Amino acid sequence: MTCPYKGLQEVSRVRFREDYCVDCRLCEVYCATAHSQSKEVIKAFKDERPGSVRGISVQRHGATSFALNCQHCDEPRCAWACVSGALTKDPETGVVTYNPEKCIGCWTCILACPNGAITRDAEKSQIVKCDLCPDREVPVCVAVCPNRALVL
Amino acid sequence: MAHYKYLIVGNSAGGIGAVEAIREVDSQGSLAIVSDEPYSAYSRPAISEFLMGERGFGDRMYYRDPEFYDRHRVEQHLGARVARLDLESREAVLENGDRLGWERLLLATGGVPITPRMDGLELQGVHRFTTIDHARNIDAALQQGAKRVVVVGGGLIGCSLTSALVQRGGVEVVMVELLDRVLAAVMDATASALVEARLRELGVRVVTGHSVASILPAASDASRVGSVALNSGEEVPCDLVGVAVGVAPRLELVRETPIQVNRGIVVDHHMETTVPGVFACGDVAEAYDFIYDSHRVVAIWPNAYIGGRIAGLNMAGGHHEYDGCTAMNSFSYFDMALASAGLFDPGADDPVQTITVSGDGVYKKVVLRDGWLVGFLLQGDIDQAGVLFRLMRDRVPVADFQDRLLEDGFGLVSLPRPLRDAWLSEGVGPDGSLTGGLAAK
Repeated sequence: MTCPYKGLQEVSRVRFREDYCVDCRLCEVYCATAHSQSKEVIKAFKDERPGSVRGISVQRHGATSFALNCQHCDEPRCAWACVSGALTKDPETGVVTYNPEKCIGCWTCILACPNGAITRDAEKSQIVKCDLCPDREVPVCVAVCPNRALVL
Repeated sequence: MAHYKYLIVGNSAGGIGAVEAIREVDSQGSLAIVSDEPYSAYSRPAISEFLMGERGFGDRMYYRDPEFYDRHRVEQHLGARVARLDLESREAVLENGDRLGWERLLLATGGVPITPRMDGLELQGVHRFTTIDHARNIDAALQQGAKRVVVVGGGLIGCSLTSALVQRGGVEVVMVELLDRVLAAVMDATASALVEARLRELGVRVVTGHSVASILPAASDASRVGSVALNSGEEVPCDLVGVAVGVAPRLELVRETPIQVNRGIVVDHHMETTVPGVFACGDVAEAYDFIYDSHRVVAIWPNAYIGGRIAGLNMAGGHHEYDGCTAMNSFSYFDMALASAGLFDPGADDPVQTITVSGDGVYKKVVLRDGWLVGFLLQGDIDQAGVLFRLMRDRVPVADFQDRLLEDGFGLVSLPRPLRDAWLSEGVGPDGSLTGGLAAK
């Protein structure tokens, strides 16, 4: 699928394969840890932010489960809806980037995201979403999924 | 005289949406923005953060980065007011006499605060709250010692102002709302009652079902506000009045022109007005509302941006149709979280089915018509609001799984798999077309 944005590279995004997800939620744990101050699982969860926030969430209904994060859409409804300019689509990378400095926690993007992939960090009155782990070769959720239920 | 391929009047969501769209398909055509505000585009909703002292007027409030206009090769005419449009010669005549010619014009002039009919609006201490200058004026008045504030209007702007005042502290706030409940335009009576209870908890006095009959001068200084008189006869002492009763389309440029105006500027699905080559979007225009199946003014930021985007693509020679908008509001003031969209508060005669759940700090409601989701309201647990909105926008028949819509844990996983797969296959709808058709082709 070619990206319809002129001059834009096709963005990589994390895809779930629901037939392989076993609802272990390691992706959630490692995402929250990778985006914590300490980068250590126990500290991240026990000391930093109880119920730590993360950019990926496992959904389950009956026997079906999968982990969903931001799909960095070609038509970024969240960025189009963002009233503060905190969400923009990077014209170079195609990544829907989030600038927490600008976010005012109005939740308009949450109404706009067609996948429900943006969550609230109510404590900070800001949003949380997948940043595709810019400092890693492979997003941590993909790297740790034991079943290859998350792929790039 | 300056002449541009694209001229945009208005430097906020709609204007910027058009700039970004135009530059996706035309990197060279000359482009200018004119606005009577002397600032780069900024986040209007963030004026509440400014007033509460959470952020200054700088990078954190600007809508785009400092290089945005240069990078998009936009000539800026800021602090310049357009006096009139000359549609014959295709020129905007500025107040200083300068003329800006165009091949394609976009009117993204937004709204103006509604002025209710009451005496005393000219007194010192009477403020509005829709621009950064308004917020600065209120900030200055508070710094000079204003302690008692009457907020006229219990809608989103009134709540935005009240929220900033409460957060800032040190002031008594009385909110006066003409209707029998606050926020009637964005939530139902149950949710309004929750907000009113929260407001009272925060020490705000909420007076519903009453209006301010007049604003009265202070005994010590007849040029300043001293109190407001309610239509009940009660006099509420105050030293600052925030008039926040909503905005109306800013139509001054199109009055007495051939551009057809209803409540807002009439546009077609391409966001073009009745005068070829002249487009309009945002709070000043009547975009297509897919729930009401008619063109209406829907004064929300996302509608302005997307309308501007469609207009921009078409100004640059495209043929893009707006798939439409509908009312869509989130509410995050007073540590609450609410989201509503579409027909969330149907009348008793509406042929709809309403399902609600409540309890444990959560209130949720969906409204269905002919097996189609036409509205919803969520309080507390709002993170999956976007999935409901897409079901609405894409007119997905939901009868087979409507009971799941309000379940805990609702999300993409609750949808039938073929639907979920179609949604997730990169922007491609079931018929193979790009969903929404909003991407530049």
